[in-house]
Amino acid sequence: MSITIDGKELEFTPGQTVYEVAKANGIYIPVLCHHEQLKPVGACRVCVVEVEKARSLVASCAMPAENGMIVYTNTERVLQARKLAVELLMTQGHHNCITCENSGDCVLQDLAYSLGIEAPRFSEPKEIKALEQANEMIVRDMNKCVLCGLCVRACNEIQVNQVLDYTGRGPTAAVGPAFGNLYENSDCVFCGECVRICPVGALFEKQGRFQGRADDLDKVRTTCAYCGVGCQMDVNVKNGKIVKITTPREDAPAPNFGSLCIKGRFGYDFEGHADRLTTPLIRKDGELKEASWDEAILYVAEKLNAIKKNSGPDAVAGFSSARCTNEENYLFQKFLRAVIGTNNVDHCARL
Amino acid sequence: MTNSISDLGESDCYLITGTNTTENHPVIATFIKRAVTQKGAKLILVDPRNIDLARYATVWLRQKPGTDIAWLNGMMNVIITEGLADEKFIAERTENFDALKATVSKYTPEYVEEISGISAADLKAAARLYAGANAAAIVYAMGITQHITGTDNVKSCANLAMLTGNIGRPGTGVNPLRGQNNVQGACDMACLPGNLPAYKKVGEAADRKPFEDAWGVKLPEKAGLTIPKILDGAAHGTVKALYVMGENPMMSDPDITHVEKALKNLDLLVVQDIFLNETAELADVVLPTASWAEKEGTYTNTERRVQLIRKAVEAPGQAKPDWEVITMLANKLGAGWKYDSARDILNEINKVTVSYAGISYDRLEKNSLQWPCPNTEHPGTPILHTAAFTRGKGLFSVCEHIPAAELPDDEYPFLLTTGRILYQYHTATMSRRSKGLVSRTPEAFIELNPSDARNLGVSQGDKLEISSRRGSIEVVAEVNDRCEQGVVFIPFHYSEAAVNRLTNPAIDPVANIPEYKVSAVKIKRVA
Ligand code: SF4
Ligand code: SF4
Ligand code: SF4
Ligand code: FES
Repeated sequence: MSITIDGKELEFTPGQTVYEVAKANGIYIPVLCHHEQLKPVGACRVCVVEVEKARSLVASCAMPAENGMIVYTNTERVLQARKLAVELLMTQGHHNCITCENSGDCVLQDLAYSLGIEAPRFSEPKEIKALEQANEMIVRDMNKCVLCGLCVRACNEIQVNQVLDYTGRGPTAAVGPAFGNLYENSDCVFCGECVRICPVGALFEKQGRFQGRADDLDKVRTTCAYCGVGCQMDVNVKNGKIVKITTPREDAPAPNFGSLCIKGRFGYDFEGHADRLTTPLIRKDGELKEASWDEAILYVAEKLNAIKKNSGPDAVAGFSSARCTNEENYLFQKFLRAVIGTNNVDHCARL
Repeated sequence: MTNSISDLGESDCYLITGTNTTENHPVIATFIKRAVTQKGAKLILVDPRNIDLARYATVWLRQKPGTDIAWLNGMMNVIITEGLADEKFIAERTENFDALKATVSKYTPEYVEEISGISAADLKAAARLYAGANAAAIVYAMGITQHITGTDNVKSCANLAMLTGNIGRPGTGVNPLRGQNNVQGACDMACLPGNLPAYKKVGEAADRKPFEDAWGVKLPEKAGLTIPKILDGAAHGTVKALYVMGENPMMSDPDITHVEKALKNLDLLVVQDIFLNETAELADVVLPTASWAEKEGTYTNTERRVQLIRKAVEAPGQAKPDWEVITMLANKLGAGWKYDSARDILNEINKVTVSYAGISYDRLEKNSLQWPCPNTEHPGTPILHTAAFTRGKGLFSVCEHIPAAELPDDEYPFLLTTGRILYQYHTATMSRRSKGLVSRTPEAFIELNPSDARNLGVSQGDKLEISSRRGSIEVVAEVNDRCEQGVVFIPFHYSEAAVNRLTNPAIDPVANIPEYKVSAVKIKRVA
């Protein structure tokens, strides 16, 4: 089975959409309301293409490839339609990129720029909606919502948390928890999948707000510090501080494929907490007093030596940590076995 | 896990027990919820609490806590009686089936109903669903292991999987979910008293030999002590020094009053941590360490996947990575170790640990890998036991129901079960220092059934004193239908109301795991 896109004949497997075939072969078609982990809905028409013999342009994200189909992704007709679609999305609300958290990481901004839209032909609505900031995790700025529905579908189809839904119609159409509830008062468990998938700056991380945007952030790929799922995530850093945790919007790796839970996505701020220990402490006259590393290590070494000499190596024991790395756990047991000479080493696997 | 997380999405039936997956392994729960809601997979939930997954369950069996062997044997009884066992798999891949058959024959659905409270009809329905599936996965966590019969509970799960041939194929398996980020790795690396890395035995000369050669020392042969025995040793003065790295026994261990006495009796308590936790407060020496975002290394997740952590920011003040601290100390004691990075240490692990031999730092920079991975060409192992078990044939173990060590009575009429919640983590030194997480669950609570609340004259939000034979704590009443009448639940994350002041230190004789899931308590309203 093959289709022809922009003059190239391409093999496909039945069930693939035109967009998927193009993407798999490195042909760029922009999408906005579509995401690779969700069923297509064909709502925004940003992904339109021209199909020979079809009367109107078709949404490639929702169009199954058919044998012999001839597709063009870049004709004047396609570009005009795409421009119109983007202009309509831009004027559904207020897109003030100057202070938007997602500037530099926004599907709409990229589209408007690459299509050369100087100013949309339509005017923005009068109403300015208040931001929802009631919880500590997620801010909602519905002025920027383009009603793509991705958050609703991600909440239901990826996380299956069944919190978000569409409400209202026409000019009052909106997305959010049932009955127009705040996230805070809904069944939301703050997994942040909706934040990850929102293509614009309508949903963003509260603690990261005004702390740094795409261009000033370094992303460091790492593994979650909490549970045994081992989710992959990016620590976003600016000036030596963690600004937020994100996951790739597309092509995210196993085991979590971009999903996280509240702990992974929003529970990182213990790292910079004022309670962190910053210096060794030794108990003197009943109180823990600051000490240098040299003093502390010498103190422990001498005590361990004395106890080992007087009472034997089995008078020493160690608890290792299920939160330390493999390398650290390896060294810890090697220390007790090879340096102290005891097998008294265990950790909290059972607790 | 015998299988992989992604692989869980391929099952057409789940038997989920002793795991509140949506709260404690939320991302794994998404795979299960998707399969159930989008692909028509069946879900058998066996849990005493009305957890979130009950909404998705095809059948929900609500057992009395501490009766897992009974219902597992009961399911096997039904499967054998109704001819639903996988005869071919049993004949080719297992042994000791006759003994299993003889044992489970007395666990008729009616007998199991008496012990567990699960109706005979529901048990039969569950057994038929599980045995009738093409690929059925058992998923469990601490609700199965934290009992005096923990080891036998686990063996019974394996029995059930083998009986129906649900092992070694995509979407099947016996899948324990490990609670903490690197609990799998800490076990692999042999932070266990009887093991050397990759589950070699300290008591076997042949197992010790390669390590003695690599490390250039003679190694001790006698298995060491487990955590509960180390604490007993400290209390009796036979253990004199305890070195605690990234652990908090003053919160995580049963009967904290006893733990405190034991720790205070030591000549030397060293605590190495990122915070001054409850245990560090008792220490003679406290050593500050780098957190996960401030160092390099690897973690091994619950599906045996080895993944990198990378340094993103600097550690505060003089804090150092744990590996650096241990190296300094070892060298002060004359070890002559030469490690300059986590990479150096992983290189050594690659050499001495067969299952990690092919998991090099360079490969991990590109991709994660699941052990066993015996050489650098090996792609890793997503599913275990595809052709044979580690020991060759799978052994059916004979397990009998034994009642929990401490059950409710007139004086302590409620059955207390403990666990974790979505918004906190283990002893909460990290999660209670996170603004967002704290905002969701600021204080310790007890889940109490509305009928019990009514009988006690308790309303939502009342302050209650909960006492066991070992201690008492104060918590706030959360009246809901999650627990059955007579059963209460308290999470163990809150130091000011540490539920492990109440829990019973009775342990499983083999694994030494404490019975956190069952103890007896009484409840009183405070003013
Ligand atoms: S945070 Fe998660 S649960 Fe809450 S609305 Fe977003 S996707 Fe749904
Ligand atoms: S909030 Fe974001 S993801 Fe949701 S509909 Fe609006 S633009 Fe789309
Ligand atoms: S993000 Fe959540 S589910 Fe994933 S590893 Fe972290 S704690 Fe576990
Ligand atoms: S991306 Fe195809 S219609 Fe929106």
